[in-house]
Amino acid sequence: MTPRRQRMLAVVVIFVGVSIAATLLLRALDMNTMYFFGPEEVLTGKAPLDKPFRLGGLVVNGSFKREPGSLEATFEVTDNVARVTVSYTGVLPDLFTEGQGMVANGRLREDGVFVAAEVLAKHDENYMSPEIAKMLDKKGHPGSPMDTLVEDPT
Amino acid sequence: MWNWFYKLASPPHFYRTATVLEPWLFWPALVLLAIGLYGGLVMAPADYVQGDGYRIIYVHVPSSYLSMFTYVTMAVTSAIGLIWRMKLAFCVAAACAPIGAAFTFMSLTTGAIWGQPMWGTWWVWDPRLTSQLILFFLYLGYMFLRQALAETRQADRASGVLAVVGVVNIPIIHFSVEWWNSLHQPASLSKLETPAIAGDMLWPLLVMILAYQLLMLALLMTGIRAQVLEREKNARWVGELLDTTGHEA
Repeated sequence: MTPRRQRMLAVVVIFVGVSIAATLLLRALDMNTMYFFGPEEVLTGKAPLDKPFRLGGLVVNGSFKREPGSLEATFEVTDNVARVTVSYTGVLPDLFTEGQGMVANGRLREDGVFVAAEVLAKHDENYMSPEIAKMLDKKGHPGSPMDTLVEDPT
Repeated sequence: MWNWFYKLASPPHFYRTATVLEPWLFWPALVLLAIGLYGGLVMAPADYVQGDGYRIIYVHVPSSYLSMFTYVTMAVTSAIGLIWRMKLAFCVAAACAPIGAAFTFMSLTTGAIWGQPMWGTWWVWDPRLTSQLILFFLYLGYMFLRQALAETRQADRASGVLAVVGVVNIPIIHFSVEWWNSLHQPASLSKLETPAIAGDMLWPLLVMILAYQLLMLALLMTGIRAQVLEREKNARWVGELLDTTGHEA
């Protein structure tokens, strides 16, 4: 084996070794690297219910309620499989709207309502002008942003 | 057949090639930058949800892409340097680091500026954001390691190993939005089926990416020339270069 071959082998071994190590590490961390849990994972008990965690999903159309003159809002969040009701008191980010994604940080109360301390809006990867969005909406195109939303899961 | 390759690997030859290439990369990059910015900031329509705020993607997406492209370049040239003991490859790798760090910094800051109004927060410890921050630290670590080792050969090898090791982070950044639940939206561009960005918003983005790519290469040429001069400062050809041009170096 020439020295150059040896060095080539060494570089390949380093690369492969680190890749395997990283893969194993990320697999071992698995659930801990979950940035948020969906409603289904909450209802099946996969989410850590005894401590604060993040809940993510789409805000169900027509579920948003807020008493006039109050900052307390309730809405339902779905992953198209299950639903969880969220209660939050505070100012919501600009992109927060029904049908869009959101991630909330908080805990599950005994009655199954998720009490959020913080709500973040999650944007999807679609970019288009309002005119096109409206047009797609009328046609009911499957790529329509207003349409990919949340059919009633029940 | 390999002649051109060996010739390219010779520092004086590459120095001359880089000097010729530099303006041909830099000026087109500036022109494309102007076209892309005009297209993105003036011609493209506002987004249906984000309004004008989405326009930060014209800076954010190209810098994020270049932050990863530059790292891969740094890792590949480091590997070539380590295996074939090629000095020029280490010159390229060393020149990549500050450029890549700058792109990563821009990617992180523009993302934070967008995140504040849109998500409602400057920063979250989300897999995508965290892995991108690690990329920034990899660049910094690479540069500090080079600084710390006085002997060039030693610095080349140690920092080269670090660059090769750190390259595992690149697929993690790219796939983080698919592997894990993430606050960051998935990729809009690399989705092949249906383009997730409308055409009139897409073309300025593609122009901006090309502009950034050329700009990165132009900066890389400058960086490589500086690296070559630094390493060869006692060589005769550098002395001759100084005599003939005076202002070079």
